[in-house]
Amino acid sequence: MRGGGLLPVAGLLGVLAAGQWLLPAYHHANLVRIMVLALYATGYNIAFGYTGLLSLGHALFFAAGLYGASFAATLAGLPPGAALAAGTAAGGLAAAAVGVLALRTAGVAFMIVTLMFAQAGWLAILALGPWTRGDEGIVLPDAARALAGFDLSDDAVRYPLALALFAAGLLACLWLVRSRAGRVMVAMRENEERARMLGYDPFRVKLAALAISGTYAGAAGAAYALMFGYAGASLASVQYSILPLLWVLVGGAGTVAGPFVGCLLMFYLIDYASSLTSATLLLVGLALLVLVLFAPRGILGTLREKGVRWLP
Amino acid sequence: MTDGLHLTSTRRTVLKGLAGTGALAAAGFFPGYSNAQSAAPIRLGFQLHRTGIGASYGRWYERTATAALKRLNDGGGISGRPVEIVFEDDGTDPARGAEIFGKLATQSNCDLVFGALFSHVVIGTAPRAAELKVPYLVCSEGHHVASGKLNRWTLQPGITDVKSQVQAMAPWVSSTLGKKVTMIFPDFAFGYDHRDYFSAAMKAQGGEVIAQIAVPPTESSFTRYFPQIPAETEVLYHVMVGPAVLTFVKELGEFYGSGGHPQLFGFIDSLEAVDFASPGLEFLAGSHFWEAMPRYRQADATPAETAYRAAVGVDDNGAATGDAKDVSTYSHMFSVWETLSVIKAGMEASGYAGPADRAKFVEALEAMTGFAEGEDHPQGAKTFNGKTHQAFGIQNISKVEGGRLNVVHKTSIEDGMYPDEADYTTQPL
Amino acid sequence: MLLALMEGLVSAAVLALTAVGLSLTFGVMRVVNVAHGEFFMLGAVLAWFVTQAFPGAPALGFALALVVCPLCVAAIAVLADLLVLKRLAYEPAPTIVATIGLLYVLQQAALSLFGPDARPVAPPFDFRVQLPWFGYSGYKLCVILAALALLGLVWALLSRTRIGLVMRATRIDREMARAFAINVDLVYAGVFGLGAGLAAVAAVLIVPIRQAHYLMGADPLLLSFIVVIIGGLGSLRGTLAAALLIGLMDGLLSTALFLPPTVARIAATLLVALVLVFRPQGLLGKAAA
Repeated sequence: MRGGGLLPVAGLLGVLAAGQWLLPAYHHANLVRIMVLALYATGYNIAFGYTGLLSLGHALFFAAGLYGASFAATLAGLPPGAALAAGTAAGGLAAAAVGVLALRTAGVAFMIVTLMFAQAGWLAILALGPWTRGDEGIVLPDAARALAGFDLSDDAVRYPLALALFAAGLLACLWLVRSRAGRVMVAMRENEERARMLGYDPFRVKLAALAISGTYAGAAGAAYALMFGYAGASLASVQYSILPLLWVLVGGAGTVAGPFVGCLLMFYLIDYASSLTSATLLLVGLALLVLVLFAPRGILGTLREKGVRWLP
Repeated sequence: MTDGLHLTSTRRTVLKGLAGTGALAAAGFFPGYSNAQSAAPIRLGFQLHRTGIGASYGRWYERTATAALKRLNDGGGISGRPVEIVFEDDGTDPARGAEIFGKLATQSNCDLVFGALFSHVVIGTAPRAAELKVPYLVCSEGHHVASGKLNRWTLQPGITDVKSQVQAMAPWVSSTLGKKVTMIFPDFAFGYDHRDYFSAAMKAQGGEVIAQIAVPPTESSFTRYFPQIPAETEVLYHVMVGPAVLTFVKELGEFYGSGGHPQLFGFIDSLEAVDFASPGLEFLAGSHFWEAMPRYRQADATPAETAYRAAVGVDDNGAATGDAKDVSTYSHMFSVWETLSVIKAGMEASGYAGPADRAKFVEALEAMTGFAEGEDHPQGAKTFNGKTHQAFGIQNISKVEGGRLNVVHKTSIEDGMYPDEADYTTQPL
Repeated sequence: MLLALMEGLVSAAVLALTAVGLSLTFGVMRVVNVAHGEFFMLGAVLAWFVTQAFPGAPALGFALALVVCPLCVAAIAVLADLLVLKRLAYEPAPTIVATIGLLYVLQQAALSLFGPDARPVAPPFDFRVQLPWFGYSGYKLCVILAALALLGLVWALLSRTRIGLVMRATRIDREMARAFAINVDLVYAGVFGLGAGLAAVAAVLIVPIRQAHYLMGADPLLLSFIVVIIGGLGSLRGTLAAALLIGLMDGLLSTALFLPPTVARIAATLLVALVLVFRPQGLLGKAAA
């Protein structure tokens, strides 16, 4: 299995690259969003799917990237490249800071502690109204969205950039989980006591996993702000902690490409359901119920269990 | 205007929200329809709060849009072309709002998009409108358009913004109700607009806001904030939004009981879609509300207002005809009707023939200076500022008497005017 | 100050009741039920329908709602358990997806059948307790008492009856319980129904104070989870203590320290999170084995 998974991942990225020329305008724009959000979900999967950390606080890390990049661009006047880096770092730092405290707990207590930190962050965004405009949010000026002469508000520019970010994230994730560090992470998920006896420090491993995961979230948040020109408190609400969990579970926790598949599927499920009926949520809910009955480990997870071993 | 394939579904299916893939599928089922003509319909996208926190408004916005569309098409459409509206649900969510804006513009091939109410959806969507260079006409009453934060493709021709509304209230409040005001408002952007603009306007009138009580969003119980109201308060100014508003008003009543209390002045936003006959609201008797358009039919209602009321299916008490419990969002939904009128005027003035003329359409709107009262504008006459993209109209102050609202004062348009904060016409199209 | 205390007590009482329901499903079945808040919402929405059927007699309608709504909601929950959760063998991950699906279905059902508006329900009786400083709703005081009485009943059920014994046995060791001829499937369905029913009762109690609205389930869901974990999984007293803590904290912080309410809420949230950081088993929970 070593080195496996690279081929299908490369195939997926190749298909996405072809999308730049082949997709109709609407789906082309959708894919930009999906790739940015899938980057977020891929990071979530590193903490949840591989290391077994069920966090409900990732919205905080996403928001750290979102506002980190926004304020870097507007208040500090940094160019978009630096703003992207600042947002990415903000996400990683936020995750590390939360991790230092929250990783004293495990299981459901970890879930609730991260949830509460994220709720405090969301409230803080509301309380900082003079800068964030709370729930209403802020629009990034066009000048903040021009990266080295490229206009990030242009779909033709955004798509390759989103693809580059997503590809980097996906390949890094593939490399990580195939590495020794990745196997230690999985060991934490499967049996923490055993890993400890083998000489690994669970706290450090989990903290590293959470920080990496937060870095992904920060990068996705920063890209979201710079590409779509908007930062608002609704993107920091608990919904944005539950969504990556849902995408990961639908696509397959602990699979490299699962988060992308889940994100893509949920996006088009909602989109398609809303074109069929005004009772959109009913259809989406039923689809989820059916899906989970037939694929309890997520799409890729269940396929892999059924013998399609080559899936990443 | 566009390839015939997308223009094939009947108006009825389009109204049901069947668009995009649905329309494509319909094309397969009804191949006989697919012949594009010179009189091909104009397609308008509608960003609808069908689900999410804005659903109460969304339902009435959809009804109003449907009624206005019927009138428009019965009257010959726009430039002789029939008009269709494609509704898409944005879940009252800014992220989804931007996505469906793209869907309406690039997949349903709409000529423009209108209809959004909630400020965060408008602000989240506006950048997408500028990217795609598709006109975006919002019905939101937020100050975001006139403040210059948005862009040249975003306009608000159908409803007065909140800054103008609150400013217009100040002279009457200070001269009639009292000079010492305590404000209670939600602790987020919409509340800050009230806080800042009303405080300033009150000061200009020689009055004073002596306390400002910001209530956090997600609060579901308000009683504990009321002791913060200073005893010398003469007027209690309240504005709340969201599903907890009724609780707010009820608890205020419980707090003061039958004893003396300051004069109450509120924005009807607190009670849009809420029945005044609801239990617990009795204590509102004698208090005053801002209304953009009187929910209860007034004795001096204009023929245009009466015709509009009948067309959108609202009875004399502001509820849906046939269901007294289904109360309308009467002070906001007229903006959908009037925006559609402005779309017609703008398209006809610019000689709009298709998406290539979108910029000409925006310029035609910017050249407009106002709209006369009438069936196209039943809420009343408006002036329109082409530089700030914002309309200004009259406002009403109504008193709660005998379980209904009676208008006691109408402001002038000038009461709500303020210096320009932006000039969108300097931006490139 | 006193007013903040009273308001906090009302919230805490209702929250405790909702959270105990979640604590049961969480504790016995070990499932993260994301749809718990929707069961709460359904209780309130159904209460509106029931009271509407008796326009002349709010007290009768309300009393009926107090009985009918929890039963209906419990029935829906049992159905969901048998049709979906049981087939997933109550595994944590798929259960989260399934209950999110259930949440969407219930929310849409409420939106389509009940509508998007917040609708009020008349309290069964209406009297004000006039205190020297301010007036207070007598109904709110009764809510506190009713919630306490119900919590007492739940406690008695769990610790004094055979049903409670069976539930505890199932919680401690599912396989062992099966070996002792306990019908685990039945216990799970019953617990899921009971948990949902408790949320519904809490909602019926609160709905004359707040209103029925199709999105009202979100806050109770988050708060219940927090309360259950802070209190300590499986500890009824802990849940009650945590509900009091959460219900009172930000009100008191705000009033006592003169903090702006939103800032007080941030402080309260962080403080409660820190409680858990330094006492991961919860206030009254036993240290993890």
